Amino acid sequence: MRTVNITNADHHKTAVYPSPFHSRQEQHNQLKEWSRWSDYLSVPAYWCESLEYFSGRNTCGVFDITPMVKHLVTGPDALPYLNRLMTRDVSKLKPGRVGYSVWCNDNGQVIDDGTIFHLREGIYRVCSQEHQIDWFLTSATGFDVNIVEDTHDVAGLALQGPTSCAVLREMGLADVESLTPFGLDYFDFEGVELMVSRTGFTGDLGYELWIDPDHAELLWDRLFEAGSTRGIRAMGSDALEMLRIEAGFILAGVEFLPAMEAVRPTHTRSPFELGLGWLVSFDKGVFNGRKALLEEKKNGSRYHLVKLDIDGNKPAKDAFVFTRNGKYAGTVTSAMWSPSAKASIALASLEAPHGEPGEELEVEIYYQRELRWSRVMEPCRVVRDVFWNPPRRRQTPPADF
Amino acid sequence: MINSDKIVIIGGGHNGLVCAAYLAKAGRNVTVLEAADQVGGAAATREFAPGFRASVAHLLYLLDKDISKDLALDSHGLKMAKSGLKTIALAESGDHITISTRRLSGANLSTEDKAAYREYRRFMRKFAGVISGLHNKIPPRITSERSDMIALGKMALKVRMLGRNDMRELLRIGAINIYDVLQENFDNPLLKGALSLDAVLGTNSGPRSNNSVFTALHRTSGNTRGAAGQLSLPNGGVGAVTQAMAAAAREYGAETHTGSPVDKILMDGDTIRGVQLSGGEQIAASVVISNADPKTTMMNLLGAQHLEAGVARKFHNIRASGNAAKLHLALDKLPDFKGVSPTQLGHRLVIASDMEYVERAFNHSKYGEFSTHPVAEITIPSIHDETLAPDGKHVLSAIVQYAPRNLGTGWSEGKAAFTDAVLETLSAYAPGIRENVIATELLTPEDIENEFRMAGGHWHHGELSLDQFLMLRPVPGSAQYETPVEGLYLCGAGCHPGGGVMGSAGRNAATVVLAQ
Repeated sequence: MRTVNITNADHHKTAVYPSPFHSRQEQHNQLKEWSRWSDYLSVPAYWCESLEYFSGRNTCGVFDITPMVKHLVTGPDALPYLNRLMTRDVSKLKPGRVGYSVWCNDNGQVIDDGTIFHLREGIYRVCSQEHQIDWFLTSATGFDVNIVEDTHDVAGLALQGPTSCAVLREMGLADVESLTPFGLDYFDFEGVELMVSRTGFTGDLGYELWIDPDHAELLWDRLFEAGSTRGIRAMGSDALEMLRIEAGFILAGVEFLPAMEAVRPTHTRSPFELGLGWLVSFDKGVFNGRKALLEEKKNGSRYHLVKLDIDGNKPAKDAFVFTRNGKYAGTVTSAMWSPSAKASIALASLEAPHGEPGEELEVEIYYQRELRWSRVMEPCRVVRDVFWNPPRRRQTPPADF
Repeated sequence: MINSDKIVIIGGGHNGLVCAAYLAKAGRNVTVLEAADQVGGAAATREFAPGFRASVAHLLYLLDKDISKDLALDSHGLKMAKSGLKTIALAESGDHITISTRRLSGANLSTEDKAAYREYRRFMRKFAGVISGLHNKIPPRITSERSDMIALGKMALKVRMLGRNDMRELLRIGAINIYDVLQENFDNPLLKGALSLDAVLGTNSGPRSNNSVFTALHRTSGNTRGAAGQLSLPNGGVGAVTQAMAAAAREYGAETHTGSPVDKILMDGDTIRGVQLSGGEQIAASVVISNADPKTTMMNLLGAQHLEAGVARKFHNIRASGNAAKLHLALDKLPDFKGVSPTQLGHRLVIASDMEYVERAFNHSKYGEFSTHPVAEITIPSIHDETLAPDGKHVLSAIVQYAPRNLGTGWSEGKAAFTDAVLETLSAYAPGIRENVIATELLTPEDIENEFRMAGGHWHHGELSLDQFLMLRPVPGSAQYETPVEGLYLCGAGCHPGGGVMGSAGRNAATVVLAQ
């Protein structure tokens, strides 16, 4: 499949596309359940959410990231354009490097987050959770830049877990182990170009593979052949959700309301309010939201996104957070029992001034045992570090698992 | 930084010069940088053929009398060659109508129309008074700040003070089109055509376009020489006004540099550092005030990378597409307009035989075509001012519409054809005029854009309409002469209260800068 031609009057009749990996996903999908992710069919769980999760922590899991919205940004003003669009200083992103960033509206409220791939000198790919082409083009006024959404032109697979590097080497990607975190490189794959980046959404050792959709199925096949002795397994979005919460990664529409979707303007979040102040570079010149964010820095933020370590073992899903005196402090955005951290963990959005690391709070958890609902106030505390952050995530070259 | 107290003004149009004069008068160190070889911009008198001179802005009707007085323009050489010009609505038959600010005369006019005209002038003058009261005000912001609330309250009060009936009438017609209002009041088609032209001159609209009543009111909201709607021809062309302004500014200590086109506004992080000329020379300044239009200033001279996306988008989207061309004819003798006496020839002649004619002329422009039968506002200033043409010869200066900025065929192809259409139309009223023509200059909006560096070639630096007026001019959030960039100000016609050789935007901008 190729970039949708919107001048084709019938293009809207296709609501959801099968991924270029669909035929292979179908073979693995024992539960025969499909969900929708953006423009594509996605798999919530192929067989068992927990086992797929453990493949991501103990061996390696394969997750189809084709549905992620992708944009190609080129032209003489690509860098100044991206630097005005993004909160972080894109000029520091050298060719062959990937950077995580957020982008804001003029009020300093986060529109979306995503990754910027500096593919080759002056050529960038921006991946986002939500469709962004409208905003990206709006922001391009006055810049000599060319922006296309090429989601359909690139097939993507995430290979995540401790054995991922070994599998890629087994597949014949020479020297892939020298890739440092957030690095990218190009490899020959049966005569076509395969781009590999050491990135992912699991907080572990892992890679993302990017290839022409016509070669998607072959890539899947070669990968599973190469990983047959290293526990490779297809992974669904439910498992990925667990992995990303452990890694402390935020998700648009969960941790924050994308600013362009907000009907109630006070329900959005700034980068500071999401704990992403480190992504805001005030010394690079004008970028979108700068004025408002400087103001916020001076006057203080309304919210803090925090990590909670909660007593007990009941997932604090959708819970309210209170002070130890029973006063409202905020709400949980994502929560789970973490099999790797062996703890009940959560991400929560707290009203300022709450959220200092070490602060003792309580969460109100509703839970069910054999159809009987109960409620418990579990003590919890704000923690600074992410719940899962193994050394192998950064180690280069990775150990040979 | 060197010269940290220096103020640079980009562009020496009338507003830039007025701004410079007020700032210099207050003791500031001001330098005006003008791209052309003389100051004045579109309000300069320039030679278009050997010995023949004309001003692109050819009539004075909005110049603020307080500015004239404050800057002592009279003592700096400003003299009127002729004031109180009447309007002659030309008829192909020669049965023209003469329109003054008080009365009508001419053929085929009913007593009803004459009476209606007095009433029309009464309420239009009264309503224009509401607008003229705003000219010297910094537009309030829509905030809950006390000062803004009070300013807004005062405006509302001014409308209320019109009295119940007139206030209702203003609210009824203020945003509608001139076609309907003239249709309600008059019978004579020629009269209606000529009056409707006042509402659409220099705009991108026809008589039936919305808020053309507002543009008519704006045009008569001036207090030139102390009288609303008064039309004057300065001695030496409208350029004499800007020359007097420049002389005043220089006397107060401002420097004016011509032949100095600014290429770039220089930034140092968040701070204005100065400007760069197209030759590469950099001039340091802590304050830069731009007389260039807002779109050019923000999108070209400053650049979108120095603006947040929402702000850049607002400036980019300013409606500024010129639809008026300017014709200058060098004539070997006075032309002979049918039925127009030699004394009448020195007044303002208009070609707008009826409102349908004007609307049809506008229709073409909607589809990227020029009017095959254009409308025109004609003056022959050399009748009153012999400095403009060699002995016995004359200059005809005309605004001709419609000539859309983006002509479908492109102006390099369309210009000759449009010039011909204009001369053909003129010939219908002044047969044989073609034989008198020694030289012709037609400035399309594209020419005006290139020569005077106005986005879209629009005289007003942006369409003058209710959605781009007062606190919405040039864009909401930057309507107080300040821009989102600290130290960068706007002072041109793109700001409140708009264009038309008024000077108020320049003075208001100076007020804001002096208050910092």
